[in-house]
Amino acid sequence: MAARSKMILGRVAQAIPVVMGVVVISFLLTRALPGDPAAYFAGPAADEASIAEIRETLGLDEPLFQQFFYYVGDLIRGDLGTSLTTGQAVLTDLGARLPASLELTLVALLLSCAIAIPLGVLAATRPGTWVDHLCRVLVTAGVSMPTFFTGILLIYIFYYLAGLAPSPLGRLDFIYLSPPHVTGFYLIDAALAGDWETWLGALKQLILPATTLALFTLAPIARMTRAAMLSALSSDFIRTARAAGLSDRKVLFGYAFRNALLPVVTTLGMVFSFTLGANVLVEKVFAWPGIGSYAVEALVVSDYAAVQGFVLAMALLFVALNLVIDIAYALIDPRIGLN
Amino acid sequence: MTDTSRRNFLKLTGTTMGAAMLPFLKAMPAHAQTGGTIVIVSGQTINSLDLHRTGTNRASYQVAVNCYDRLVSFGTKDAPGGGLSYDYDTIVPELAESWTISDDGLTMTFKIKSDATFWDGRKVTAADVKWSFDRAVSAGGFPTVQMKAGGLERPDQFEAVDDETFVITLDKPSKLTLPDLAVPVPFIINSEVAKANATEDDPWAMEYLHMTPAGSGAFQVVRWDQGQQLVYERNDAWVGGPLPSFERVIVREVPSPATRRALIERGDVQMSFNIPNKDAAELDAMDGVDVYSTPIENCIHCLCPNFNFEPFQDANVRKALAYAIPYEAIFQTAAYGRGAPMWGGEAEITDTAWPRKSPYMTDLAKAKEHMAASSFASGFEVPLSISLGLADWMEPTALLLQEAFGEIGIKTQIEKIPGANWRTAALVEKRLPLHLENFGGWLNTPDYYFFWAYKHGHLFNSSNYLNEEIETLVDSTLHIPMDDPAYAPNIKRMFEIAFEDLPRIPLWQPALNVAMNDAAGYEFWFHRQLDVRPLTTATS
Repeated sequence: MAARSKMILGRVAQAIPVVMGVVVISFLLTRALPGDPAAYFAGPAADEASIAEIRETLGLDEPLFQQFFYYVGDLIRGDLGTSLTTGQAVLTDLGARLPASLELTLVALLLSCAIAIPLGVLAATRPGTWVDHLCRVLVTAGVSMPTFFTGILLIYIFYYLAGLAPSPLGRLDFIYLSPPHVTGFYLIDAALAGDWETWLGALKQLILPATTLALFTLAPIARMTRAAMLSALSSDFIRTARAAGLSDRKVLFGYAFRNALLPVVTTLGMVFSFTLGANVLVEKVFAWPGIGSYAVEALVVSDYAAVQGFVLAMALLFVALNLVIDIAYALIDPRIGLN
Repeated sequence: MTDTSRRNFLKLTGTTMGAAMLPFLKAMPAHAQTGGTIVIVSGQTINSLDLHRTGTNRASYQVAVNCYDRLVSFGTKDAPGGGLSYDYDTIVPELAESWTISDDGLTMTFKIKSDATFWDGRKVTAADVKWSFDRAVSAGGFPTVQMKAGGLERPDQFEAVDDETFVITLDKPSKLTLPDLAVPVPFIINSEVAKANATEDDPWAMEYLHMTPAGSGAFQVVRWDQGQQLVYERNDAWVGGPLPSFERVIVREVPSPATRRALIERGDVQMSFNIPNKDAAELDAMDGVDVYSTPIENCIHCLCPNFNFEPFQDANVRKALAYAIPYEAIFQTAAYGRGAPMWGGEAEITDTAWPRKSPYMTDLAKAKEHMAASSFASGFEVPLSISLGLADWMEPTALLLQEAFGEIGIKTQIEKIPGANWRTAALVEKRLPLHLENFGGWLNTPDYYFFWAYKHGHLFNSSNYLNEEIETLVDSTLHIPMDDPAYAPNIKRMFEIAFEDLPRIPLWQPALNVAMNDAAGYEFWFHRQLDVRPLTTATS
């Protein structure tokens, strides 16, 4: 146990220079963005004087290094600044939107894994059969259809034509109140509050967007499972296990699958981080108040505080994610020791 | 599914059974009888509940309209293209009961309604009006600029004589002052509440009112989830106008136009605000959905040749452009025929109607003649700039222009500028040689439009146009009444010069499109934001 916590601490320590680098780079990059936030936010009928006034209010008339010191000073006090686009503190925005994106992405990934991993295993054990072909077709269709298109298609079929899905109006239909804030995950919060009506409402809203994202993330996971299983199944230790007369089940899940899991977990980590930032289009189509559309809107209007806050939050999330994956490795593969 | 659709649900909410079953409605204070709920979707996001705050975006102006009162408001008339519209020519009372203007036009005295109260029950006094006006002229940025347009510049112009009497003193009489009091900016805030939440750094309680409105208007905000929804609830004690029919209004933000369209077509929402031209044209052809496309007053989509770019200093080149433009094709492709054509008008100017059709039309032979007569007969190259933020109409327009200009020897490359840079490049630096522009003036008089778009150095004069006669004409016309004998001749002269010099070539007058399903009473406003107060159910 001591070894494990030591490893975790080591990992966290390694993350510190990364985060510092991210702070500097995100600051410089946002300043390098074209566009003048002061002119943008001065409004449609502003003159030179009022633009200058706003520049002063925003502190943009100060030299760059001065602005950076203010920024770092605020950061140390836990203040990420105020977003101009939403009018809220960036911390509040991230606190509201990150759970929304995480909930959607996690549910989508669970769904995706539940389909992709068995499919990949089946395709690997029966290469060239109809299962393998089905896997290939599904995977190709999943990646080749852009998410916004799948999203609109699903809305058209299940909401517009069939009327089975609820109105695509974001995380909760307007007839529900959002559950009391604990984690920001509506499914968890509603369950904690024991409000199963809202829980069901939140779940219903999740189904279509999560399916859309799942279809998109199906491909890398299924392909990776299939490839990893194929190479594991053809390796010497499987031949030995078979020769030793172990049951098919034991060989497949006890030896082949466990070995194949390593690359799958790596892929999962990559897919997760990629999806979290890249599901902007799904968020737009389903009116989902997530982090992706927040970042894009902030970028479009050069909203410095919001962009920096987003980059920082993502950096921290990646550090945490990598840690989780490293620990998962150690659990799966005894060769990767904890010390 | 039809049994549980939103439309039926909303019909149920009027009854106690519907309300008792649903958690959200349970959480709202129960109101009996009339009203019910209307759900509206919009693609825009609201970023503040206080219009005066720095950085407040346009969509947020609706809070100033629905939650606050002004001294006066505009009347209502039938709109071209169906539905209702505000009426610039009629000023009606809102918080003011009556007003008088002194003979010299310098003193305006307002009597405040004696039964007007804020949401907390306190009476609206002239001191509140004074505090709110002081705030608008002191806040800086857009509110201050807009107040200035009506001659309202300094706190010492406003005086609270007694609780119910408020006096404005002007430096010079202006026809724009009274209408400028009816725009969203000079809204009246509960100054006691605001002052109680003001700090030394923030004397105008910007931080407090940003999240918590304090007014006397027809609706109160009961819930605001930024990026998701705004929920209004009716103020039954409102005296600013007829009591709204809906008790609760939910404005949901849905960024994707395709999703908004599915929602309105299915009738799960009753109104979709500001829909794309394409959807408006297609929904209009369907049963069950009513579409209102109101041409936006005092707004014209223009092509602007910049006078800083040498070939455009040649009047023949500018005229060649105006004759080469495929107006009808652009209007049908980029606007789906929504709005009003702005080409092929009478050559002779006999009235002061505005926006008006230019005397130009598509005539390639004439365009070539003008090109040949210019000093650039062999043609030239120029970038044609558009904003990516306005690509929905600018992109198809630019493509058609590119093709047409190619025929008269003007080679254009389309330059797409990100939305964040557009304002700076086009309006502040005014450095784009040839670009599209879409200014619209809130105060609906042609001289106001000319003030912003034709006077040298002014923000929307992105062509760097300078004409001494226009400068004097605008200055001498801007504040005189419309029935002044000099007004009509001055305006007509401005039109003549504008069409001769062509610093802005009018393309078409855009429309604001709104779709309604099972609701009625939509009224168009010059501020192009949602006024939820007059909305009713379709049956009433």
